[in-house]
Amino acid sequence: MTRRVFFLPLGIFMALLAVLALRLFLVERGAAPELVPSVLIGRPAPPLDLPLLAGGTLTNADLNGRVTLVNFFASWCEPCHGEHPLLMELKKSGLRMTGIVYKDKPAAARKWLKEWGDPYQALALDGDGRAGIDFGVSGVPESYLIDKDGIVRFKQTGPLTMDVLRQRLLPLVAELRK
Amino acid sequence: MIAETGLFCLILAFCAALAQGVIPLWGAARGDRAWMRLAPRAALLQAFFVALAFGALALCYAQGDFSVLNVARNSHSAKPLLYKITGVWGNHEGSMLLWVLILALYGAGVALWGGRMPLAFRARTLSVQAIISCGFLLFILLTSNPFLRLVPAPADGAGMNPLLQDPGLALHPPFLYLGSVGYSIVFSLAAAALIEGRAGPEWARRARPYALAAWVCLTIGIALGSLWAYYTLGWGGWWYWDPAENASFMPWLLGTALLHALIVMEKRGSLQGLTLFLAVGCFSLSMLGTFLIRSGVLVSVHSFATDPARGVFILLLLALTTGGALLLYALRAPRLGEGKGIAPFSRGGGIVLNNLVLCCAAASVLLGTLYPLAIEALGPGKISVGPPYFNAFFLPMMAALAAALPLGAALPWTGGGLPVVFGKRLWALALAALTGIGVFTLSPPQGFAAFKAACGMALAVWILLGALAARPLRNPGMVLAHLGLAVLIAGATAAETWPVERLQLQRPGESVTVGPWRVTLQKVDEKAEGPNYAAVRGHFTAERGGRKVELAPERRLYIAPERGVSRVALVPEISGMLYAVLGEGDARKGYVTRLFWHPLQGWIFGGALICALGGLVALLRRGQGVR
Repeated sequence: MTRRVFFLPLGIFMALLAVLALRLFLVERGAAPELVPSVLIGRPAPPLDLPLLAGGTLTNADLNGRVTLVNFFASWCEPCHGEHPLLMELKKSGLRMTGIVYKDKPAAARKWLKEWGDPYQALALDGDGRAGIDFGVSGVPESYLIDKDGIVRFKQTGPLTMDVLRQRLLPLVAELRK
Repeated sequence: MIAETGLFCLILAFCAALAQGVIPLWGAARGDRAWMRLAPRAALLQAFFVALAFGALALCYAQGDFSVLNVARNSHSAKPLLYKITGVWGNHEGSMLLWVLILALYGAGVALWGGRMPLAFRARTLSVQAIISCGFLLFILLTSNPFLRLVPAPADGAGMNPLLQDPGLALHPPFLYLGSVGYSIVFSLAAAALIEGRAGPEWARRARPYALAAWVCLTIGIALGSLWAYYTLGWGGWWYWDPAENASFMPWLLGTALLHALIVMEKRGSLQGLTLFLAVGCFSLSMLGTFLIRSGVLVSVHSFATDPARGVFILLLLALTTGGALLLYALRAPRLGEGKGIAPFSRGGGIVLNNLVLCCAAASVLLGTLYPLAIEALGPGKISVGPPYFNAFFLPMMAALAAALPLGAALPWTGGGLPVVFGKRLWALALAALTGIGVFTLSPPQGFAAFKAACGMALAVWILLGALAARPLRNPGMVLAHLGLAVLIAGATAAETWPVERLQLQRPGESVTVGPWRVTLQKVDEKAEGPNYAAVRGHFTAERGGRKVELAPERRLYIAPERGVSRVALVPEISGMLYAVLGEGDARKGYVTRLFWHPLQGWIFGGALICALGGLVALLRRGQGVR
């Protein structure tokens, strides 16, 4: 009996490992750090009325007709930096991307994009985070894939990763484009 | 060129670590002395190359070589040199390099000063240490290369998070890593003992200096982190039970238990099983902390840019090293033997009790940190575990431990002296009780808060008197460490029970009373300048009994990254800390100002530093043996 006691730490450790591995698997599958399922999936995107940095306003009508990735980001956000090269790659695939500058100054965002490259076709400003509340943004970056009819099909909480892109986002885009 | 040299050094270090991890271990198994002798040389070579790589990255930062991706993302030309250098470990890749450097340095320590160890034991220890190094070097090379180039190179970098541009935080990570990564060598020593199936008092004597050094550094690191959080986050809290704080606190709790267990093992030749388990546990918890912070499974203010691929790698490392060590432990620990028995009411018995409580405390912190994560992984629920949980579990446990401490530390090793010791300390107990009653009746918030404050203060006095009565000169290290604990308890109790907070709109010339201070806003300078920020600076004067002090809190707007940061101003005194924050506003309507008075706040950080000093004294006096 006494000998078995010494296996106890190993047993507890294995159980711990299993939980961590499961959690990691969920995170990697795109379930995202917070694992917050979006209630928006399958529903129309919330009403948008945001000033465009180039002038004019961004409304839901601008999203119709083509599959669009709406990406909330900010120049002060470190993970946005990490995600940015992927967005530049995504731009080459021809996916329409709309950037929403979240709780940030337009000048800072412009400078940031000038420095690192601009993947967005349209750039709108959500200075006070109002649109972020409508979309249920819990932190930047966050991305929403919206189909031709303006329905939210996919949400990524936190930065997009190569795996999420390859395994979920790009197949979904191809399917929605049909 | 420098970056490429750095990367090359890192690859060479990996090769050295590989040789160090395989050949001496094999040599020890075959009894080949030449192969075993390779270990110290390989350890020094590995440390040399890792240090060169680290120096290369530091040079890239100092020169502002923005063609290196890591530098471009985390540095900026306008940043003061100090923060350019500390920027090296202010990001994931660089901090992993620091991690590996410290791993190699502790290995080099055994190579340089472990000459009196048996050859095979030293060879095995260094091999295990090198296997850990191999894992982390591979981790850097494959997933977190800090020397990646960026083409085309930008004209300037993106800058560093302004919250990290702070002298406290410049030193916090190195000390923290010297501590938590330092436990790796204790882990390796334990693994070597388990491989040999032998661990006696001499093992404890060899492991104790490393356990002490790591503990001292970890204590300082945690204290610095807490101090940094106190004055940068701007809301006057000093401990948040944040997952990253817990990640460094759990190894500290086990490390404290380990220090005590080592004493029993060295003195009495018993508790081998528990001691080796703690030795394996400390570093395992450090690695678990690294996994939690860097894999992205937890979201915390400390999270680095996270990447699940890194998480898989660290989890594998954790599974291999800790899993391997625990398997070895399960197979070999029963063979270690029992050693001399420990009488229940003896010094040894007290230490066993102390260790059980510390282990339970560490387990409860671990549970609180992982519980939300386990619930979310297993089911659809989403919960968060906050300070109420930790306080409810942790504080009573610590209170019980603190109450038993002065008695346990005064018991004789041979046992049976509880009534005698109790009689000898009756005066201290009486004084502590008087303090408690006094606090309870005089404390402004009545009820349960006053009761808690009374308990805290009574315990502080009880430990203080107990430590002073225990012949301080005979064992100054222990006495200092326990004194530090008493000071910390008193500080935490006072600062949490009797804080004063004033939040108001203040026009220049207006005064506010906060605690014993009368604070007047003199003027606000809207156009103050710093090296890489513009600031709005408030000039306050604080008066207390005829003494006048100036305070100048700021709201800073950093240039790169463009980000506002509030900089608090402090008046640290023994009786407490005056804390001023300047908010938004203008001269006509007034500025939002937030003033705190935290009685005995400095005792918290001071107490932790006294504890660390105690550890240092014990380390320096170790030649004279454990008493």
